Amino acid sequence: MTKKNDTTEATGATEEREARPVGLGVVGWLRWGWRTLTSMRTALILLFLFALGSVPGSIYPQRSVDPGRVAQYFQNSPTEAKWLDRFWMFDVFTSPWFAAIYLLLFLSLAGCVFPRAVAHFKELRRKPPAAPRNLHRLPQNAAFDGDLTVEEAAARLRRDRFRVVTGPDWVAAEKGYLRETGNLLFHVSLLALLFAVGAGALFGYRGNVLVVEGEGFSNTVAAYDRFMPGQQVSAESLQPFSFTVKDFQATYIASGEKRGQPLDYSATLSVQDTPTSRPRDVELKVNEPLDVNGTLTYLLGHGYAPTFKVVDGKGNTAFEGPVPCLAGDQMTYTSECVIKAPDAQPDQLGFLIRFLPTTVPNGKAWVSIFPGAANPTVQIFPFSGDLGLKSGQPQSVYQLDTKSLKPLGKMSADPTPLNVGDTKELADGAGSIQFTGVKEWISLQTAYDPGRLPALIAAALAVIGLVLSLTVQRRRVWVRVKGRQVTVGGLTRTEGGGAGFAEEFAEILTKLRGAAPAEPSGHSQPEDRSEDASASDREPVSPSTRSSEE
Amino acid sequence: MPPAQVNEGLATLSDQLILVTVLLYLAAMIAYALELAFGRARTAVAPAKSRRLVAVGAGAGSSAPAESAEEDASSATPVPPAGWALKAGAAAVVVSWLGWATNLGGILTRGIAVDRWPWGNMYEFVVALCFASVTVFLVLLTRQPIRFLGAFVTVAAALGLGFAVLFLHVQAGPVMPALNSYWIAIHVTAAVIAGGLFLVSGVSAVLYLVRNDGRLSVLPSKEQLDRIAHRAIVIGFPIWTFAVIAGALWADRAWGRYWGWDPKEVWSFITWIAYAAYLHARATAGWRGKAAMIVSLVAFGCLLFNLVGVNIFFSGLHSYADVPK
Repeated sequence: MTKKNDTTEATGATEEREARPVGLGVVGWLRWGWRTLTSMRTALILLFLFALGSVPGSIYPQRSVDPGRVAQYFQNSPTEAKWLDRFWMFDVFTSPWFAAIYLLLFLSLAGCVFPRAVAHFKELRRKPPAAPRNLHRLPQNAAFDGDLTVEEAAARLRRDRFRVVTGPDWVAAEKGYLRETGNLLFHVSLLALLFAVGAGALFGYRGNVLVVEGEGFSNTVAAYDRFMPGQQVSAESLQPFSFTVKDFQATYIASGEKRGQPLDYSATLSVQDTPTSRPRDVELKVNEPLDVNGTLTYLLGHGYAPTFKVVDGKGNTAFEGPVPCLAGDQMTYTSECVIKAPDAQPDQLGFLIRFLPTTVPNGKAWVSIFPGAANPTVQIFPFSGDLGLKSGQPQSVYQLDTKSLKPLGKMSADPTPLNVGDTKELADGAGSIQFTGVKEWISLQTAYDPGRLPALIAAALAVIGLVLSLTVQRRRVWVRVKGRQVTVGGLTRTEGGGAGFAEEFAEILTKLRGAAPAEPSGHSQPEDRSEDASASDREPVSPSTRSSEE
Repeated sequence: MPPAQVNEGLATLSDQLILVTVLLYLAAMIAYALELAFGRARTAVAPAKSRRLVAVGAGAGSSAPAESAEEDASSATPVPPAGWALKAGAAAVVVSWLGWATNLGGILTRGIAVDRWPWGNMYEFVVALCFASVTVFLVLLTRQPIRFLGAFVTVAAALGLGFAVLFLHVQAGPVMPALNSYWIAIHVTAAVIAGGLFLVSGVSAVLYLVRNDGRLSVLPSKEQLDRIAHRAIVIGFPIWTFAVIAGALWADRAWGRYWGWDPKEVWSFITWIAYAAYLHARATAGWRGKAAMIVSLVAFGCLLFNLVGVNIFFSGLHSYADVPK
C-alpha cells in the first residue's frame, strides 16, 4: 500500500537521477533502472496497465473460458479474428504482454517490499526516540499538576500496550507498529498468492466429460472429452477413482411466469475411490462437488440422451444406445443430436434428431413447452449415403455432414414425432429406427489444483494485512515530569489520522491523570490554552490534528 | 431444495414498499436540497465544520471546553442560516430514515415471500445496493456532520431504485440452482456493503471536484470531502477484497475453479486494482488531491460497470442475473 514518506523521498531522488542518467555507466544505468522500476509512480502506472490489460479479456471470448465462441468469432469475421489473435486477444491472461505487466509489477513490488521489510525489522528493535524538549509544541498536548512519577507513567502506558522507554524525567512511548507489519504482510501475501496460482497451474489439471445415466467414468486421460493438464502433470499422477451415474433428476418450476426455470439438479453417483475400494453412493449437486482426496468433480450441465435402435436394410442392428442431444433453448429444452451408423448395409445411415421433452401440437407443427420430460417425442430426419468418416477428417459427433448424403423419403420440416416405443420404417427398404427410451446425460468437470489451499491462505493473510495497514495508526506519546508538573505530548505518524488520535490522546491523559490525586481540573487550562495558541503561530500544523480552541 | 411456492401477497407488498421508498427518498432529497440552498454558506479558508468536529471530540475527554467550539462555529458563519432551512434539513433526516425503513421492509418481505436471500437477481441486487448506500450515509451521519451529502446520496438511491423498478423488475421467485448456496449470503452481502460505501465515497469525490476553494459555498471544505471519500474507501476496500475472495471460494465450490477470468471476475479484479491505485495515489506526492480523486471516480465507474454493465453487455457464468429482455 502506502510506500508513503520514505518512498515519497525516494521518488524525489529518482526524479533527480532521471534528469541526467547519461554517462552513468552500466552500474549506474542498472541502478537507475531499478530505482525507476521500484518507484511508486512506476508501480501506479503498472497497476493501471494491469487493470487496462484485463479489459479485452472481458470483451473478447477467451479460449480458456469458452473455446467454442472463439471458433465462432473466427468463422464470423476471419480477418479481424486473425489480427486479434496476433495480439493474443483470445488468450489475454496467458499472453506474453499480460505476463510482462504482472511480472514487472510484482518485481516492482518485491523491490519495494523487501528493503522496507528490512527497515521495519530494524525499526521494531529500535527504542522510541527520547522526549523532545517542548512537548506543548506537539499536535496533541496537555499539562497538569500531580504526583505522577516517571515509573508510574511508564507502567500506565505499558498497560495500554505502548512500547516504553524512560529517561531521568521523561517517558517515551510508541505503538502501532502493526500498521507497517500489516502493510508488508499484505504485499508479501500478494506475492505468495501469485506463486500459489502459478503452482496450481503447473501441477494441476482440469478435464471435462459427458456421462449418460447408467454409464461410468474412470479418471484417466483417455476417458475425458477435453483434458487440460498443467505442464508438470503426468498421466500416472491422476487420482485413480471411478464412478457410475446411477440417476439424474432435474426439477423445474411447473407453472406461472417463471415456468421452466430450473430449481434443482441432482445426480446420484456410485463412486469407487480406488479400483479396490467399496463403492459408495454420492449425491452430486451444483454447489456440492464430489471430493476424492483433493480431486473434485463438479456437476456443470445436463441434457437428454434418447435411446434408439437402428436396423439396416439387411436386418442387422447397425446402432443401439443413447444419443446425447444438445439443448438449443434452456426454457423448452428442444434438443438436437445426430446418429451415425457407419456399419449399416447396403448404405451408411445418418439421422438428424430433434428431441422434444414436453411435446404439444402447434398448428401443423410440434413444439416443446417445458424442459422436463413430460411427453417426450423425437422427430427424425433420415439420410443414407457416405458419412464421410473415411476421409480421416475429424468430425463432431453433434453434426452430420449431409454433403454426400441423400434424404430418405420425402423430407418435411416437421415430421410426425415418435413416442417412446414407436418405430419408423425407412424409405427404399433402408431399414428402420426405433425410439426406445429417454435417458439424461450430465456434463462434469474434474479439477485438481494443489494451489487452492495456499492461495486461500495467502488471500486471507492479505485481507488481515490490509485491515491492519488501513486501521492501525502509528502514534507516539511523551510524558515529562518536573516536580509536580506533568506535561504530556503526542502525535500520530499516520497522516490524516489526527481526528481519531485526539480522542485516544484524551483517554490516555485521563488514565495518566488517574494516577495523581484529584486536582482542580480547571487549573491548567488557561496556561495550556495560551501556550497552544503561541505554538500554533510558530508551527503550522494541519487544523484537523490540532487539539482544540483557537 | 427451495420450495417453488411464492407468497404472492408479500411479493406485491414488497413491490409497493419499494415504490414508497422511491417517493420518500425523493422527498428527503428535496428537503436536503432546500437546506443546502437556503442554509449557511461556508468559506474554504475556515473549515468550520471540521474544526468543530475535532474540538468536540477533544473536548469530550480532555480539558477543552465545548462552548468555545460552539462559538467558534457560529463566528465562522458569515450569514446566519435561516431557521426553516435547518428545519428542512432535520425533516430530511427523518424522511430518509422512513425511506430506509420501507426499503428494508421491501427487502425483507421479498425475502420472506420467496424464502431465500433477497438478492438473487439484478432487481433485488440494485435494491439492496441502494439500501446499503443509504444505510452507510445514515450511519455516518450519526457520527459526523455530513448532512450536506444527503441530497446527493438520496437522489442516487432514488434513481437507482427507479431504474430497478422500471427496467430490471422481475416477478419474485426461486433462483437458479447455481445460486442456491449459503455463499450468496456471504459473497453478495459483502459486495453490496462495499458498493454502498463506494457510492458514498463516489458522491464525495464528485463534490470534491465540483467544489471551488476560495469561494463561499454550501459545501464543506475540499479537505473534509477528501477525508470522507478516503474514509469510506478505507472501510470499503477490505470489504470488497473479502467479497472477491468469497466469490472465488464460491466459484471453487460451484464451477470447479476459484478464478477463471469470467467477465464478472475480470471487472471485479479491475475495480479492485483501481481502488488499490487510488490508495497508492493518495499516498504519493504529486498525486494527492485532485488526481487521486479522479482515480477514485474511475474506480467507482469500474464498480458500476461491474455491478450493472457486465450483466447486460457480456455473457458469462454470472449472466443468470435474470435481467428482463
